[in-house]
Amino acid sequence: MTAQDTTIYFDHASTTPCDQRVVDAMLPYFTSIYGNSSSRNHAYGWEAEEGVDKARSQVAELLGAQPKEIIFTSGATESNNIAIKGAARMYAKAPAGSDNRGHIITAVHEHKAVIDPCRRLEREGFDVTFLEPGADGIITAQMVKDALRDDTILVSIMWANNELGTINEVPCIGKICKEHGAVFHTDATQWVGKLPTDVEADNIDLLSLSAHKMYGPKGIGALYVRRRRPRVRLEAIQDGGGHERGFRSGTLNVSSIVGLGAACAIAKEEMEADGERLKKLRDKLESELMSRLEVVEVNGHRDQRLPHMTNISFGFVEGESLMMGIKNIACSSGSACTSASLEPSYVLKALGVGDELAHSSLRLSLGRHTTEAEVDEAIEGITAAVEHLRAMSPLFDLWKEGVDISKIEWQSH
Amino acid sequence: MAYSEKVIEHYQKPQNVGSFGTSSDVKERSDIGVGIVGAPECGDVMQLQIKVDDAGKIEDAKFKCFGCGSAIASSSLATEWIKGRTVDEALAIKNTEIVEELALPPVKIHCSVLAEDSIRTAINDWKKKNGHEVEDDHHHH
Ligand SMILES: Cc1ncc(COP(=O)(O)O)c(C=O)c1O
Ligand code: FES
Repeated sequence: MTAQDTTIYFDHASTTPCDQRVVDAMLPYFTSIYGNSSSRNHAYGWEAEEGVDKARSQVAELLGAQPKEIIFTSGATESNNIAIKGAARMYAKAPAGSDNRGHIITAVHEHKAVIDPCRRLEREGFDVTFLEPGADGIITAQMVKDALRDDTILVSIMWANNELGTINEVPCIGKICKEHGAVFHTDATQWVGKLPTDVEADNIDLLSLSAHKMYGPKGIGALYVRRRRPRVRLEAIQDGGGHERGFRSGTLNVSSIVGLGAACAIAKEEMEADGERLKKLRDKLESELMSRLEVVEVNGHRDQRLPHMTNISFGFVEGESLMMGIKNIACSSGSACTSASLEPSYVLKALGVGDELAHSSLRLSLGRHTTEAEVDEAIEGITAAVEHLRAMSPLFDLWKEGVDISKIEWQSH
Repeated sequence: MAYSEKVIEHYQKPQNVGSFGTSSDVKERSDIGVGIVGAPECGDVMQLQIKVDDAGKIEDAKFKCFGCGSAIASSSLATEWIKGRTVDEALAIKNTEIVEELALPPVKIHCSVLAEDSIRTAINDWKKKNGHEVEDDHHHH
């Protein structure tokens, strides 16, 4: 028996299952079409290259890009690193080893795969502004505009947030960057394959994506690098055989690239219908929980967000015990308790969500194979767990008695 | 995190959940001692109420807990252990015994400390109400 037989999977923002059609497309590339796509002098290489070329076109088509603008990587983490470090070092205002090498804008609630490269660049002499979102979690074009400086060389703002699903004002941010002459990168890992992308209309210079968030395999992704109006240049961070226009040396992962391509082609066809169906289920999940339970909060903007996920907090219950009560639902918790530290999520903190509510938040993300029966079961399970915990929560009692909990001085030891 | 069977049992069927009344209800009752303690590590809160007879024996105990599974299990277990004991016997319970009984991992030791502290705080509250001398609160874990 595997988890699949016992546990509902509501963690699609973390990763998705591989679509069977994707697997079918990949299989021949392991055992029959196994050439190295850069072998130019025999048929094995040509065949593999054909597979890569097709995939490159499929990715490009989903993004409204040209195939030559797609660089294959091991995933969004690598794409973000190549884009952010590569652009900063290429457009630096002063050589390595000096200060004041240029200004970068990003946000406090980006994924660690953006935050940490930016932190490294800070140590390398760049100046980084970490924008703070409003209580709705959104980074607006105005926030970026207000932060721009004469020496701003790079802006990196994610399209949709991985914990909240909230959608930043990417097309407008891109436009402002274009007018200012700063390179605009967006980590679109959660967005691509869910909602439509057009790198031209959306004014994007660099875009990161990962296949495993869109029913493709893990360990493969892509970086879109604009080639025209303007041509974006990057300093490569990995040296070697000069693959992928020199941006990413290393023999191509042909089978996974084919899988990513297939996943993009399927997403292009199906994302609209998937999104509509999942939005109905997500809305049902939310509205049922909110009508059955008191003190339930949805975190982040209610409308400007991805259709298939919700981040929802339950007052007066503790996060880890809540997770314990819903063992049959695989989802993420807003509290990092389970991963050794007891810190609440930095993303929820950035929104000004109090520690208690941050600790008791769940990120529930539905997917292509989610059924209404699973949603119904989750509604029952979560409601029962919250009620079980509230029945023993001293904080819930105090709240019902009308005591302002924040004003209590606890006797600590 | 993988919990021990015993933690899961207490989580699913916690023993002695409840109270003998709200804080203001029991404030003036000399047979009731109340301990509310919080863990600064995680913001978890435990409330223990004990009902003590004239001979200093704990007749009954009720807990409420806002905390992790280990904290819930520790407080549930604590109520089981202190019922029927004298207050002095109850004061002798060490958090390490709770850790052992529930097989708590190192990161969850403070949850058992919370239970030990709630026992002491509740007993001290009862002692103060009844004019008994309260032991020095300083202690080491
Ligand atoms: C927004 C965002 N960026 C980057 C990543 C990293 O993706 P990967 O682990 O595939 O490199 C993720 C996934 O965890 C993500 O959600
Ligand atoms: S009481 Fe803090 S994690 Fe258990």
